[in-house]
Amino acid sequence: MTRYLAPLIIVAVMIPVFIIGLSLDPTAVPSPLINKAAPQFELPTLKDPGRTVGSANYDGQVALVNVWATWCGGCRQEHDYLMKLAAENDIPIYGLNWRDRRDPALVWLQQLGDPYVASAYDEDGRVGIDWGVYGAPETFLIDKDGVILHKHISPLTEKIWQRDFLPKVLAAKGTSE
Amino acid sequence: MKRTWLASLIILASGLAYAIDAGDAFEDPEMQARYEKISSEVRCLVCQNQTIKDSNAFLAADLKREIRRLLVEGKTDAEIYDFLVARYGDFVLYRPRKSGRTLVLWIAPFLFIAIGGLVAIKVVRGRMTMSTDDDTDPDQAASKS
Repeated sequence: MTRYLAPLIIVAVMIPVFIIGLSLDPTAVPSPLINKAAPQFELPTLKDPGRTVGSANYDGQVALVNVWATWCGGCRQEHDYLMKLAAENDIPIYGLNWRDRRDPALVWLQQLGDPYVASAYDEDGRVGIDWGVYGAPETFLIDKDGVILHKHISPLTEKIWQRDFLPKVLAAKGTSE
Repeated sequence: MKRTWLASLIILASGLAYAIDAGDAFEDPEMQARYEKISSEVRCLVCQNQTIKDSNAFLAADLKREIRRLLVEGKTDAEIYDFLVARYGDFVLYRPRKSGRTLVLWIAPFLFIAIGGLVAIKVVRGRMTMSTDDDTDPDQAASKS
């Protein structure tokens, strides 16, 4: 009996392992920065090279940092949702314009709308490396103490916002608001 | 025949000539060697099955530039790996650190070989005893036919 039971048990164990393993997204690499202090940065703004924007701007606030670029297809895909998010939610969105060129980026914001409080212009990708960015669009949720609560890679959608972000946003804002 | 072999060998080897590197080589050969060693140990996260040394993705170029900068600053190899792991996680290294989290990666192959070996021994022993016994096992009868 055991000689028929043993393979059956092995298969019964393997199937869930494979189902879980194969449904994981191999391109989504967990960030070691989650629950750690977000890297400090200060960069020229996209709109005005003479002014700067950086982590000091959202100090003490629950904020989103969204990594985008005009060459990034997924960024175009999520842009409309970012506009909606900015209009409907009380959370500042800071842009990190990553390895892009200024002119097309400005045209993009002009034509599609600007959901960002400000966009930092990370021309050579140095800040991107500090943040462990490897594929735009990426969205980070930062709490009042500047700790990264969540990171999402790939376009943001209503569903992902409701499921992954909103509970953490509400918890981070606490009852004081 | 010999010529065909030679020709295919040359074609295969020519792939090596496509090494991609934007920056200049270090003047110090030792530094250059360290740079090449490190960049061949680091995974390009956009093109996950390539090292950053072999990749021309811009992220790979950025990381190579950072590695150069850190080397010039006099950082040790361990410090450079730490820099990368702190930002991109253990997955960025082709040979992950032997830490608690990655221990299973290092042990699992040996564990599986051991399990496989035990199963193989058991099966072989089973067959040996079966072949000497008078067998009434239908499987055994099938394998003999």
